Parts: sequence; structure tokens; C-alpha cells
Amino acid sequence: MPQLAADTKHRVAFHLNGRKVEVLAENRMLLSDLLRHELGATGTHVGCEHGVCGACTVQVDGAPVRACLILAAQIDGADVRTVEALTPTAQQLSPLQAAFREKHGLQCGFCTPGILMTLDALLTTRPDASEQEIREHLSGHLCRCTGYATIVAAALAAVEEIRKEQKYNA
Amino acid sequence: MTINLQRAGLVGRSMPRVEDAALLIGRGRYIDDLPTRRDTAHMVVLRSPHAHAEIRSIDVSKALEVEGVHAVITGDDVAALTRSLTVGVKADVECWPIARDRVRYVGEPVALVVADTRYIAEDALDLIAVEYDMLPVVMDPEAALQEDAALLHPSLGSNCIAERSFRYGDPESAFAEAKHRFAIDVSYPRNSCTPIETYGVIAEYDPGEDAYDVTANFQGPFSIHAVVALALKVPGNRMRLRTPPDSGGSFGVKQGVFVYAILAAVAARVSGRPVKWIEDRLEHLMASVSATNRATRLEAAVEADGRITALRWDQIEDCGAHLRAPEPATLYRMHGNMTGAYAIANVAIRNRVVLTNKTPTGLNRGFGGPQIYYPLERLMHRIADELGIDRLEVIRRNLVPSDAFPYRTATGALLDSGDYAAALDTALANGNFDELIERRRQARAAGKLYGIGLAAAVEPSVSNMGYITTALTPEQRAKAGPKNGAQAVATISIDPLGAVTVKVASVPQGQGHRTVLAQVVAERLGIPFKAVRVNTELDTARDAWSIASGNYSSRFAAAVAGTARLAADRIRDRLAEIAAGQLNVEASQVDFLDGRIFDRLNPDNSISFNRVAATSHWAPGMLPEGTDHTIQETVFWTPEQLEAPTSKDGINSSLCHGFIFDFCGIEIDPATGAVRIDKYVTMHDCGRVLHPAMVEGQVRGAFAQAVGAALFEEYAYGQDGSFLSGTLADYLIPTVMEVPDPVILHYESPSPFTPLGAKGVGEGNCMSTPVCIANAIADATGAIDITLPLSPGRIGDLIFGEEKPSSQPQTRTPNKSSSGQRQLTGQGSATVSASRQTVWDMLLDPATLEAIIPGAHGVERVSATHFRADVTLGVGPVKGRYRAEIKLSDMVEPEAVTLSGSTQGALGFGNGVGRITLREADGKTIVGYSYEAGIGGKVASVGGRLLDGAARVVIGQFFQALARHAGGGTPHGGLLSRLKALLGGRS
Ligand code: FES
Ligand code: FES
Repeated sequence: MPQLAADTKHRVAFHLNGRKVEVLAENRMLLSDLLRHELGATGTHVGCEHGVCGACTVQVDGAPVRACLILAAQIDGADVRTVEALTPTAQQLSPLQAAFREKHGLQCGFCTPGILMTLDALLTTRPDASEQEIREHLSGHLCRCTGYATIVAAALAAVEEIRKEQKYNA
Repeated sequence: MTINLQRAGLVGRSMPRVEDAALLIGRGRYIDDLPTRRDTAHMVVLRSPHAHAEIRSIDVSKALEVEGVHAVITGDDVAALTRSLTVGVKADVECWPIARDRVRYVGEPVALVVADTRYIAEDALDLIAVEYDMLPVVMDPEAALQEDAALLHPSLGSNCIAERSFRYGDPESAFAEAKHRFAIDVSYPRNSCTPIETYGVIAEYDPGEDAYDVTANFQGPFSIHAVVALALKVPGNRMRLRTPPDSGGSFGVKQGVFVYAILAAVAARVSGRPVKWIEDRLEHLMASVSATNRATRLEAAVEADGRITALRWDQIEDCGAHLRAPEPATLYRMHGNMTGAYAIANVAIRNRVVLTNKTPTGLNRGFGGPQIYYPLERLMHRIADELGIDRLEVIRRNLVPSDAFPYRTATGALLDSGDYAAALDTALANGNFDELIERRRQARAAGKLYGIGLAAAVEPSVSNMGYITTALTPEQRAKAGPKNGAQAVATISIDPLGAVTVKVASVPQGQGHRTVLAQVVAERLGIPFKAVRVNTELDTARDAWSIASGNYSSRFAAAVAGTARLAADRIRDRLAEIAAGQLNVEASQVDFLDGRIFDRLNPDNSISFNRVAATSHWAPGMLPEGTDHTIQETVFWTPEQLEAPTSKDGINSSLCHGFIFDFCGIEIDPATGAVRIDKYVTMHDCGRVLHPAMVEGQVRGAFAQAVGAALFEEYAYGQDGSFLSGTLADYLIPTVMEVPDPVILHYESPSPFTPLGAKGVGEGNCMSTPVCIANAIADATGAIDITLPLSPGRIGDLIFGEEKPSSQPQTRTPNKSSSGQRQLTGQGSATVSASRQTVWDMLLDPATLEAIIPGAHGVERVSATHFRADVTLGVGPVKGRYRAEIKLSDMVEPEAVTLSGSTQGALGFGNGVGRITLREADGKTIVGYSYEAGIGGKVASVGGRLLDGAARVVIGQFFQALARHAGGGTPHGGLLSRLKALLGGRS
């Protein structure tokens, strides 16, 4: 394997929240740093930089990924979604976001973007996820403020809301 | 269960939070999100890998050569621009934010690098060479007091930095006359509430005005502002401290960021540009701040019926390596509440504060509460069992009587309101205590390990800023002048269009202050909730603030929201007078609702709120004679009950006192020792509830942290002082899988001392829950000595007894020694196709060593028997540079040599001894070796499991290289001793 110099820059082209982005990134640059410090997308938070807290979770090609555990260069060609993409319009919260507000699923809000991205990915593939599934997906996230009960309640309320919407649309 | 309290108006309703929309769409503004000047540089901190060592030298030259580096700053550079931090007791000791000649805990700052980016700064950090001379360590608070203990601060002459004894009532007689005496010894562990956002600081220095401007996610108390300004040697008005709009949790912890505010300020000054520092998680766990660990002996004098007549406390508080402001506050925050929820007239207390080689301590949710309630409530449980009286009954017999409020405790607290017995009975009834007893019966009948725990606690809130002076003697206090009170402040302004803005110095970290204040002020002014905007950022250069400002001691609802209410009252009175003239009625007849101001007797006679509110701007001449404007009103409020300590050391340490009664049912898996919380009921009396969902949020949040403290979390240290819980994979924070949803109950006794009748509620479960769970474990296992955290291993010891050592000890097993260092031992041999003399010469030749030592960059011969080398080695994913020192002794040329060595690097350190023997066989040489090594530091705590294999590989590589270099041959076995010296270092 060729030895990579730390400061060599690579062209990385990808989609961020539906828009094409092209940057020069050092080999060693983390995706979390690229998003936050190079692109100014500070909605994604960093709590540990070693893959445990889940605060940095984003979606890469639809799957939740810890942005602190992958390099910017690895997302070349990928479709990246962050919390900034969840809101349908500036004035409107998605059903999941609205449920978090309604159920008091956040306090300081630092863990929240990562949790939203995990739940959004889950509810996209499993719109009728059970409480157990929701808990299992949430178990990769640390929240120090809420004690989790209201987060679970918010996720369940979102499932309910999505169910209603689907019924209405059907 | 949810609170269902009926109220008219906004206060008392679970309004959706005004904070949430921005946070949910990724538009929060936390410290690391704030815009900075273009020339802002990044600071990183070099930290000590040792718990206790003299710094022999620091060589920063290589780091300075790195392109993009603006400054490298050592302790002496910082000292040249600052002054030692103020210490809260009278003691001959210096307290610096960065090490100077000596390091005293793992993680202590040693040098700062300022560079264009954090990446470059960290590159440069690796190039700083520090030489340490290790010193013996002191890790245990009781051991710290022993005669032969190593001294952390020689100027103190002892590791005990403060000692005081107190006596209230007549404890000696009570003990002499008591029918029984019971005692308990407790070691309460170290832990921390570890917010998910770490510390962050942005600092600037203006040389033109000799002024600092620092933004930090600090939480208060702003008494610390004085500490920072004094340290930086500027008047307070040249030390501007600002907080970001959002902060990712604190729980007390972010009080400790002030140390880095000072360091970043100095770094900005030295490097001539703004400096930003964002702490990483490893730094946060290792060295941000910790709650205190405490060794306590608590003794009770008890009557035959279980009534306690006296308590005797002996507390040894471990504040870590330095006594940083506001310590020893953890020890004194509860001083008025040393009798808990009980009426006990006689109390003796001995308090000692000791320093050990651990991270300095500071604020942490529950602050001093868990350390008190753990022994007290464990002892209540024991007293009942020893006397054969029902445990609930013993609690009941000792509770402060319902008709006694306000009640002055023996040590000086004035318990403001409550009905503890009624709250307890309500909890039992509404929490279905009888059903829990039945569950336990059934579980036990089915052969399960099941226990029930109880805990009663008084939850103090709104600290008296004077309580800390109880650490001083009455004479010292008299000399220093009295300290007391706690100024809360709120400002209400009305703009020219009549829009209302509220500004407070409460600095929240997610507690929803803006929502509650909007409720309080909108309700009082009769305007829509959405019409009020609240600003909770604090800027000491522009806002109203005082030393008690900030978010701690659960003071928001009781003090800050109450003060906002007082400000709203004043504005309302004035608006009523202005409107009265315009409505042609008496001011007393004027009322406010739905954005209108009207005549209560004739509501059709009304005028819009905005119009009246704008009058002061547009037509001040129209204000009635004697009525002041309504443009801005600032109210400072300090409760009169918060008096200075009395000459007899009585102290009302807090303004409000909530009551908590918890019970729980816990099942233990008999095979694994895992604990399952089957049911948890928590009853709170926090006075008037302003926002039920937020109160429950506080209870659930504190409860989850307490579950962590009870079962998982510990800042663990090895006996050599190495830090063993350096990642979130080692310091286990409970996830959604481990935290059950507690049953939350309420009993409302409004506080007569606060404007809204509210009391604090944010910390109670951190105080009551750990011991409630421990009592349940005691009930389940019959064990008496219970130490937190109750990991499955500890529970296993309770159920099965200590594990016996294997009868067939394995040889060559690397293991974690009791010292906490990773211990490696091994032996082996290798055959080399060369004569003994050749091999001998090779082993002593720097050029050969450089070629054969894996990862060596430069082997330098200091003397014939002393070598020095730079080595880069990786263990798993963790690659680091180390500096190795190898000394040769007991040399028998060419037969045998002893190598002793030490290594150190950013990722760890090691030391060891090995013996190499060379034996001739068929013209070849058999090299035999045996070694013993210890490894500590970050690698030992992070990658311990990987070390043993890595050691073998590296040693194997050495022999292969030696054999190759000598022209063939094969290694057998795996490890080399000399290597091991290096090895010890690197791993
Ligand atoms: S920051 Fe990525 S998991 Fe914690
Ligand atoms: S809301 Fe603060 S960490 Fe989850």
C-alpha cells in the first residue's frame, strides 16, 4: 500500500443534502471536520470522536454513519444527508422533528441531530418500527440530559404520525 | 405518571419550548459553531502522562519549526503573565492552571501549541520533548494522610490542605446516653456527569487596552469571573467573559472550563491572534473536572425505637491534585443538611480536605449530595435491620415533623416548607408500594434475587454564596468580612413598538429557561407567550450580572424565574398607572389580558398593550407625574434568609429545600450479576411546578445519570495513578437499554421564600438514587458493605464471594497488576549465527541497534552503558512516538547483561528490567532473555488488551532483525528483554 502523506489534498466530490459539493480535503480529514469546519454545516455535532456517542451521525447513501469514524475522502461520489436536510421547508418541522418538540425529546439538543438521523433512516425503511426496534437503534446514542424516555416517546409519536399521513394519502 | 396540575394562565403548563425549533433543524449555536475572526488559530494542550513527576526539561524547538505553528507555551510562560489561582482556604500553596516544575495528575496541562489548524497543532504537539523524573504517587484519600505519604505540595507540609471540626448541640452526651450506636464506613467513588458537548473557549487579547475577551461555554457561578480576572492580572472590566447562545449540557461540569479560559487567554496574548480551543473527549474524561470521591465514617446514636439522637461525621474529601475554586465547596454545600430529612438535634463533624494525584474536582450535579446521602441512607437501612424494625418505620420516626416548618436543622439550614410524612405516604400509596412487596415475595419464591431499596432526602437549591466560608474558622471569617446571599437578576425591556424582551444571567445548558421566562413574563403582562423574547446569553461587559449568576445549585426556577416575576410586577404596575390615565380609571382597576390593558369593571374600555408600552419611548412627557418609564427594568434579588455563617458555624447553606422519597425494586441475574431495575418510584416536593414537562425532564435526566453512577460509571485510576477510563467505551454512560422510565410523583409545598413558590429540582435524583439502588442490592444479597459502582463483577463478589486465584497459575501471562499498570513478563531464547562476542558487540552498538530495533529513528550512545532512542511504534490503531532510555548493568562480557529502561511518549510510558544471556552452541549463539515490564498512560488505559500481543510481535521482530543482521539464524520464543525496555516504553 502506498504511504499517504498526511497533508496531501484530494478532490472529493459528493452530494450534501441534495447539492453537489466539491472540495479539496487532506487524506486525514474526518468527515465530521469536513462538514463542520470546511463546509460550515454545523448541525452535525461531535461528542467523542471515537465512535461511541453517536452525536455525529449522518446518512451516507441512506445508511446512518458516524462522521467521526470515516474520512472525508471516503465519501467521494456518495450522497450525504445531515440534520439540515430533514426540514421540508424553513418554517416547517418534519413529523419526526415535530414529535421531538411535542414530547420534549431534547434538552440541550447536542445529541439530537445524530439521533434524528438514525431515526430518520430507520423510519424511512421501517415506517412501522416497533418500540423494541426503536430502542435498539437508539442504543447507539448517548444522551446525558433526557434519560431517553421522552426520546422513545417522540419516536413512537412520529411513527404514529407517519401512519396517519400514509393513511390519509392512500 | 405525568403531573396534572390545573392552572389558569401560562405558568404551570407544559408549553412547547421556544428553544427547540432551532436545535431540531441543526441551527443551534454552540461554541464550536460560532463565527470567528479569520486569523483565529487553534490551541491544543500537551498533557502529562504521569500522575506525579518532576519536569526535568521541556524542549519545544522541534514543535516551533513546524509550518503553521504560531506559539508553543509552557507553564513558565503562562506564569510570567498570570498569577496563581485564588485558593478557597488559607493555605501556603500555589495553584496554577498548567504545570510548572511538577506534574501532579495524569492529564495535567504541560504545554500549549497554537497553530493554524488543530491538525497542525497536534502534529507539533507530538514533537515536544519532555523529560520527567517520576515521583511516588498518592491515590487514596486515607493513604494521603499517612505520615509516609508522598507530598504533592511540599509547601503545605502535608496532603491535608484544610481541616475543621464542628459541634452542634451536645453530641458527646447523646452518644454517651444512647442505647445503641451504629456506624458505617463508605468510600464514595469518583464520577462525573460528562456532558456530550466538551469544553470550548475562544479568546482574544487587545494589547491596546490590555484587555481580554473570552467566550467560553462556562456555566457559572460568575464568582469565578473574579478568579479569572485576578489570575490574568487585569481588573474585571478588562476581562470580558461571554457565553454562547447554546451549550450542550453541563451539569456543573462546565464550571471547570475557566482554567482553559485563562490558558487560551494567555495563548491569544502570546501568539498575537484570537485562539480557539475545543477539548476532545479523551481530554474531557481524563482531566476536565470530576466530582469528589470521599471516605466517610458515619456514626449514629440511636434509641431503642430507632430514633436517632446524634450523628458523628468524619469525612475525608479528595479534591485531586489542586484545590481549585470553588472547592472545597463540594464538602460544604450540604453543611446545613447533614441530618438529611431527619430531625436530629446533635451533630459532630470532622472535615478534612486532602490532595491526591488525580484530576482536580469541581461542580457536578448533586454537588456533595450523593456523598452525604449514600452513608446516611445506608445507615438508616442498617439501623432498621439491626434493631429488627421495619425500614420505613425507622425513616418515619426520624423525619422532620410536619408541623415544624420552617425548621432549623442542627447545622443551620432553614427548611422552608414541606410535609415529609404526607409526601412519603402519598408515594407509597400512589407508587403501589404494597404491590412491590408482593413482587419481591413472588420473585424470591421463584428463587430469584430481588431486593427493595428506600431513600429519603432533602434536596437543597439556590446556594448561599457564603456557605463556602464555613470552611474558614469564625476568626478567619471575621477578618475576611461576611459573605452571604445570592443575587439573581432579570431585566425586562420594552422596545418602541411595544415588544418585550427578557434578559437574565442564568446561562442555561438545555434547561429551557427561555421558555419558562416567557411564560412567567407573558402571563404577568397579559400578552401572548410568543410575544416575549428571552435572551439568556451572558456578556459580562454589557449585561447585568453578579457573582451568583449562572446555572448551578438548581437556582433557576426558585431564584431567576422569581426575579423575572418581580421585574414584571414593577413594569406592570407602571404600565397600569400609565394606562389608568388613558382609560380614565384608577390604576388599581386596570387589568392585563390577551395583549390588551383594560378596566376590570368595564372590559370594553381598553387599549392595546403595545401602545401603552411604547409610551415611554414616543411620549415620555405623557407619563403620569411620579411614574417612571417602562423602557427597561432590572431587578436584583437576594433572599434575606441566606445569612452568613453564625459565630457557632450554623449555616443556611441553601434557600430552598425540596423533599424526595424514592423506592425501587431490583432483580439481580444470579448467573451474570447483571442488575435490572424492575421498578423505580420517585416522589418530589419541589414547591410550585412552573413547567411540568421540564420538571419531569430534570427528574428523568438526573435519574439516568444516577443510574450510571450506581451501576457503571467510575473515573478509575491505577495505583500508579494512570487513568483507566479514558474513552466512552471505558467510562460507561447508560444508554436507552439500561435506563428504565421511573414513576414520577409530586407533592406540592410552595416555598414561602421564593417569589413564585418554586424550589429547585434538577439534582435530587443524583443524591437519592445511587443509595436507593444500593439499598435494594443490599436487600437482595444480604450484603452489608456495598461499594459503587455496582458493576456485574462487584455484584458477583457479593453473590459468590471473591474469586479465588487459579490453582495452576499460567506462566508468561500478561495481566493488569493491582497498580493499574499493564504488567508484561516473559522469557524466551533465539539462536543467532554468530559468535558470542559478535552478538555482544552488536547489542552494544548504536548503529546496529538502530537497524534492528523496530521503529527506531535515532539511537544515541550517551555513555558506554547508557543509550537513548526515539522509537515509533503502533499498537493496533494507536501509533505513537516514544523516547527510550536504556541502561546496562551487571555486565559480564560476553555472557550476560542486565538492561533497565524506561520510555515515554504522548501515548504512554513504561519501564522494565531484562536480563540477556549469551550461550555458545555449535558456533552459534543462543540468546536467552527474560523481562518484566510495566506500561502505563493512555495506551495502557485505551489499548491494554492489544498490548500483550503487540509486545510479543515487537520482540520477535527484534530477534529476527538481530539474526538477519548477524547473517542468518532463527528466533524462537518470543520476547527480548532489552526490547522490552523499549517496548515497555512504547506501548
Ligand atoms: S462524535 Fe462520532 S460517535 Fe461520538
Ligand atoms: S439533549 Fe442534551 S445530550 Fe441529549
